[in-house]
Amino acid sequence: MPGTHPDMPPPVKTTGPVAWVRQNLFSSPLNTVLTLLSIWFLWSIIPPFLDWAFVNSIWTAGNRQECWDQMASPALGACWAFIENRFSLFTYGFYPGHLHWRVNVSFILLVFALIPLLYEKLPYRKYGLIYSAVFPFITGWLLVGGYGLESVDTDKFGGIMLTLILGVTGISFSLPIGIMLALGRQSNMPVLRILCVLFIEFIRGVPLITLLFVASTMLNYFLPPGTVFDLLTRVLIIVTLFASAYMAEVIRGGLQAITKGQHEAGDSLGLTYWQANRLIILPQALKISIPGIVNTFIGLYKDTTLVLIIGMLDLLGLGDASLADAQWAGLANEIYIFVALFFFLTCFGMSRYSIYLEKKLHTGH
Amino acid sequence: MSSAERTKANGSEIMITIESMHKWFGDFHVLKDINLEVKRGAKIVICGPSGSGKSTLIRCINRLEEHQQGSIVVDGTELTSDLKNIEIVRSEVGMVFQHFNLFPHLTALENCTVAPIWVRKTPKAEAEESAMEYLERVKIPEQAHKYPGQLSGGQQQRVAIARSLCMNPRIMLFDEPTSALDPEMIKEVLDVMIELAESGMTMLVVSHEMGFATAVADSVIFMDEGEIIESNDPHNFFNNPQHERTKLFLSQIL
Repeated sequence: MPGTHPDMPPPVKTTGPVAWVRQNLFSSPLNTVLTLLSIWFLWSIIPPFLDWAFVNSIWTAGNRQECWDQMASPALGACWAFIENRFSLFTYGFYPGHLHWRVNVSFILLVFALIPLLYEKLPYRKYGLIYSAVFPFITGWLLVGGYGLESVDTDKFGGIMLTLILGVTGISFSLPIGIMLALGRQSNMPVLRILCVLFIEFIRGVPLITLLFVASTMLNYFLPPGTVFDLLTRVLIIVTLFASAYMAEVIRGGLQAITKGQHEAGDSLGLTYWQANRLIILPQALKISIPGIVNTFIGLYKDTTLVLIIGMLDLLGLGDASLADAQWAGLANEIYIFVALFFFLTCFGMSRYSIYLEKKLHTGH
Repeated sequence: MSSAERTKANGSEIMITIESMHKWFGDFHVLKDINLEVKRGAKIVICGPSGSGKSTLIRCINRLEEHQQGSIVVDGTELTSDLKNIEIVRSEVGMVFQHFNLFPHLTALENCTVAPIWVRKTPKAEAEESAMEYLERVKIPEQAHKYPGQLSGGQQQRVAIARSLCMNPRIMLFDEPTSALDPEMIKEVLDVMIELAESGMTMLVVSHEMGFATAVADSVIFMDEGEIIESNDPHNFFNNPQHERTKLFLSQIL
């Protein structure tokens, strides 16, 4: 009879940490061998690395020789003093020293602009979002100067600051442009559709480096003589358009997953094309596309390092250039680990946020 | 002049007029010479074998499908490619789908308020208040803050009915509203539809629920191969069908 059978606890040894270890690590002879091999491998890699990076490492020194003098034998530990010595350069590039505060303020403003975008439950979020929308203009003015502030040429920009400018601009503009391209590609208007398809296929068919060369050299031939069109602006446009094309295809995938019934329900209620897209179609399509969107963001962010090819020095570019300094030569490991760590932390942050967002938007369907 | 005033001015009680309407899907002639007049408050049940064009017919009435010949006038507005007219008709005509088509990212209440807020420009608080009234009318006010994915099929279909009613439509179209439901849930949806019919709503229902047809329909239309074969009041339709095809169809479903 239904309802008379009591709920019973699961059989012993199917839950708890011991059961987990048994099921996942030692479930068969092959698994046991693989587990032991993995433990041996980690054991032989991690302790020596920790020794090098922390136990034997030197954090203050004037140059490489001073560093090595403090160790039992040269290169036994990491010389993080190098990073410390160059930290200002890595952060601000060649931005004039007495104006570093403008960059610092921009970093802080960036954090405040991100909060309302990322955190939905923020009180007075509406005003926060208005601020986020004006943030690029405030920061642009702060960094470039003019209108009462001392002007700084954009070729002085570099390091983390340049990496963030390229990444944040590319990310924040490629999403809306990508949405428009994806909608355009699905449009009933043939001219619009063909233009969108041509744009997307052209950008996707050409390597980013080629486009960066176009931005740095060829674009000048197309502009009227005497026009001064800042290299950074040109690169920002290229990077944004490049990411937009990929974004459009990711979002198109999401749009195609929305059933015809959703469009019809929106139409039958009298919603206009834009209302239906904004309220019904895009919220669902974008949710489905979150993994692909963040994937594109991360790809774009890391691709910004390619600007070193046209002579712009982002964090990786400056790190690379610093290795040429005779005082510090031979410390490539330290530099590349530092650069890798910076990129990893920011990319991993984006990836975790996307997982949080997916969970939050899950509504049980 | 709103369409309500226009109807009054004409002194007309006709809500929908369809004249010699034809529709093709590519080369396939799906609707052939449809003529239909629907009076205010009429309840019409449309039945027929699958592929007979009955869903397509009611989808032409709110222009989810475009007709290629003839005319359709809904509450004084003729359906042409004019987008303004289409928007007017769609905001006056509610539709309930076989697969509910609720918006899965919105709660039941938000499903009901989205169109009043954005199409009718109703203030949010007012829209929510009226949405709650309709959710009570379909007997699920306690589910207002759940998402469609957390509701049963019958509950989803009742939310879908409430969602349409929130726009205060003058005509309701039902496209096989109970075909995707388990037998246990059909009754709860039909009860809501019967109540709606008793309130005087003009209704066109594509359905094979003969009990519903007998209980509320003013007339039953039988369609086959894109044509209206027979139209009669429910009693005569079921007990005294005129055409061979109707007889054959009824013998298969009854």
